[in-house]
Amino acid sequence: MAAVDTAVAVPEITAHNVQPQPRGWVSWVTTTDHKRIGILYLVTTFVFFILGGVEALLMRIQLGAPNNTFLEPQTYNALFTLHGTTMIFLFVVPIMAGFANYFLPLMIGARDMAFPKLNALSYWLLLMGGIVFYMSLFFSPPEAGWTSYAPLTSDAYSSNGGIDAWIFLIHLTGISSLIGAINFYATIANMRAPGMGWGRLPLFVWTVLVYAILLILALPVIAGAVTLLLTDRHFGTGFFDQSAGGDPLLWQHLFWFFGHPEVYIMVLPGFGIISEVLPVFARKPIFGYKAIAAATVVIAFLALLVWAHHMFSTPSPTVVLVFFMISSFLIAIPTGVKLFNWVATLWRGTVEFTTALLFSVGFISVFLIGGITGVFLAVFPVDWQLTDTYFVVAHLHYVLVGGSVFAIFAGIYYWFPKMSGRMLSEGLGKWSFALMYIGFNVTFLIQHTIGLDGMPRRVYEYPDVGNLPLYNLISTVGSFILAAGVGVTVINVVRSLKKGVKAGPDPWKANTLEWFTQSPPPVNNFDVIPRVRSVEPMKDIRRQVAKQTESGGDQSPEPAAKA
Amino acid sequence: MNRMPAALPSARSRPRRRVFALTFAAALVALLALASGASADLWTPESGGSPNADSIDTLYKIVLAVAAIVFLGVEGVLLYSLIKFRARKDAVAAQIRGNTKLEIGWTIGASIILVVLAVVTFVMLDDIRTPPNSDADGFATDRVEKVANASAYQPIPPNGKAMRVKVNGQQYIWRYSYPDGDDNDLNDVFSYKELVVPTKTTVTLEIAAQDVAHSWWIPKLGGKFDAVPGHLNFTWFKIPKPGVFTGQCAELCGRNHADMIASVRALQPAAFKVWLDGKKREIEAANAIAQKRRSEEAEALKEGAETPAGDAAEAP
Repeated sequence: MAAVDTAVAVPEITAHNVQPQPRGWVSWVTTTDHKRIGILYLVTTFVFFILGGVEALLMRIQLGAPNNTFLEPQTYNALFTLHGTTMIFLFVVPIMAGFANYFLPLMIGARDMAFPKLNALSYWLLLMGGIVFYMSLFFSPPEAGWTSYAPLTSDAYSSNGGIDAWIFLIHLTGISSLIGAINFYATIANMRAPGMGWGRLPLFVWTVLVYAILLILALPVIAGAVTLLLTDRHFGTGFFDQSAGGDPLLWQHLFWFFGHPEVYIMVLPGFGIISEVLPVFARKPIFGYKAIAAATVVIAFLALLVWAHHMFSTPSPTVVLVFFMISSFLIAIPTGVKLFNWVATLWRGTVEFTTALLFSVGFISVFLIGGITGVFLAVFPVDWQLTDTYFVVAHLHYVLVGGSVFAIFAGIYYWFPKMSGRMLSEGLGKWSFALMYIGFNVTFLIQHTIGLDGMPRRVYEYPDVGNLPLYNLISTVGSFILAAGVGVTVINVVRSLKKGVKAGPDPWKANTLEWFTQSPPPVNNFDVIPRVRSVEPMKDIRRQVAKQTESGGDQSPEPAAKA
Repeated sequence: MNRMPAALPSARSRPRRRVFALTFAAALVALLALASGASADLWTPESGGSPNADSIDTLYKIVLAVAAIVFLGVEGVLLYSLIKFRARKDAVAAQIRGNTKLEIGWTIGASIILVVLAVVTFVMLDDIRTPPNSDADGFATDRVEKVANASAYQPIPPNGKAMRVKVNGQQYIWRYSYPDGDDNDLNDVFSYKELVVPTKTTVTLEIAAQDVAHSWWIPKLGGKFDAVPGHLNFTWFKIPKPGVFTGQCAELCGRNHADMIASVRALQPAAFKVWLDGKKREIEAANAIAQKRRSEEAEALKEGAETPAGDAAEAP
């Protein structure tokens, strides 16, 4: 034990005095262990993902035929409001927090988060936010879209309580994310393993750091905005009411000042997952570590300066249109740099086609489309034709499904062995990927054309004109293929929890410290925290072990788990 | 970090270059296919009703061409890497950590593409936003006054003359009115749902909303312009030939948002004059009837007021 820090000692995965994990639901409800909270996050948000998915399928059934009467207009409006809100506030943002909860302390060689009790509070606030929001189903769900534009959300036009449930959700999940963000920041800043300078931080941790900073900057704005909306609705103020001296456009500015950073909040940790998975399965270091880390920071900075590109069709001065076109162009540069770096990481590697790699590569290939259509939308005269149509729906799903969701699935396949101690079935995984990749593109590629042909978003029906019925039917069929792909992964996870092959501590021969412990890790993560000497500490450790074995040392020949 | 600069794409063998050349050629062919009008329905926005819609369409096609090259280039390299560098028994991954020149190169490359797109946009902006004069045989129009304190750009043709139409969005219908120059808005010609306009004439729209936010959009006549309560927004169109152009509200405005249809019917200037005069007479007649009824009612009210209504409390 004493010699662990010296250069000759081979680091071992040791876990002394491991106590059996406490069992039973009380132990889960009262836990402050970052790994258990991480699992609670992941399971809860995945349930919300499935709810949001069912809502999407109901909408696609309604749009499968022109002038369909499957859903009432108010039901349809409620569904897209629930779908958007769920996917953003209850799935993508918090599932990234789930991964970060579980893996951030492990990756930086810490034993827990900086504030374990606050961490538990984050999770429970999130769950309560979700429950409060979904309770509105029993009286009157909100119908104003996830953007809740004033004056449609004012007391005069939406007098039912659905909007208030939405406001409550924003507050609860907002506080949850804010506390979580502070926790991530404090953990990364203070609890890194010896030797892990900023230049040796795993890229996933870099993205979580920036995710946390963006949340801290953007969330107070939306919290303020929904509070103004609340007082407008119930206490007679007129912040968004032009007849009382307020302005409906103020809502749009405040909302998007939060809303656009939110897009990067949702996608940056996904970038981080991709940056971890690609080098492992290409068996090659990440190409341009510093450029990727720097690009993450630059994206975050620019993300705060592009909000009004959501408002190009509002009555705004020319200078505003021009400024936000240029700033949106600028953000394409660091994003492009990341894409190029990922492709270059594969170049001259030896690529192993695991499911995690397939999802990562799938991510690159479709996120590229989302990025490119983003440039179309940044050119404001072109945006005048495209905004608020299915072209935008397609664009945002290429970014958030092709981007975030594919990265999340890459993360699930990559990290499941660490979390459960068992491997997921690669066969089922590849089926899931194939179905999701095909289903996703069938659903959303054609939606660009639907938008170009003049169909606005958020309409519960459309006329039987031209090719619209055909295109919409294609999209509906695709959505069910996509759903089937998600279903295969759910089956895979449930099956592998019991029947999966034992994973061992480091099944992928990966690069980062979470693989330097048992699978699943013991409560305190590491008995011995190794000194970090590069961005790829596990590679160093494996090399050291190999050297030791060659020279016939008396140390344990491989980093095997000892209980 | 140690860098291993030597063996990057530039130093690769010929067959690889050939693959690149082929990918690039395929990109160009695909681009030509895109440019051909046959698949316009799939690839480009609606146009053909007004010069601004046509200019937006052109700008869109330029962006599309650039996008297609970037798309095919990146996807090509990605696919090539996956096939060429898949794990094989004897293969060893090159331990490259980066290449500063290459990275600076593609950062600058991406920037140049975006600078070009920005310049193209600025060059074309005037065509899209500033309307041309009406044709000589268009409908006779007055000068357009500049709206005071409007935050949005107000399109006015070079000679200052255009037909003004006020567009008002309301749940769930569009109201159009044709200001006649006097201060009384009540005697202006108005219509609902269908906007009737003359051909060969520049029409400028002043877009407002009276309840929630809406968005004016006729795809073939140019882009969307939001109607926001408390604000004025502007656009214009100039339709060369008679026809009907349909669109619908593009900003969620409530349960029947999907049914808030807009349509524009363009008539020859002479036919339009007939329509406008007819409307004017209808409105004058209706106003006369309303005026008569109002004075009758006022009369009746007066008579009612003169007879004491059993108001005992008033007696001192």
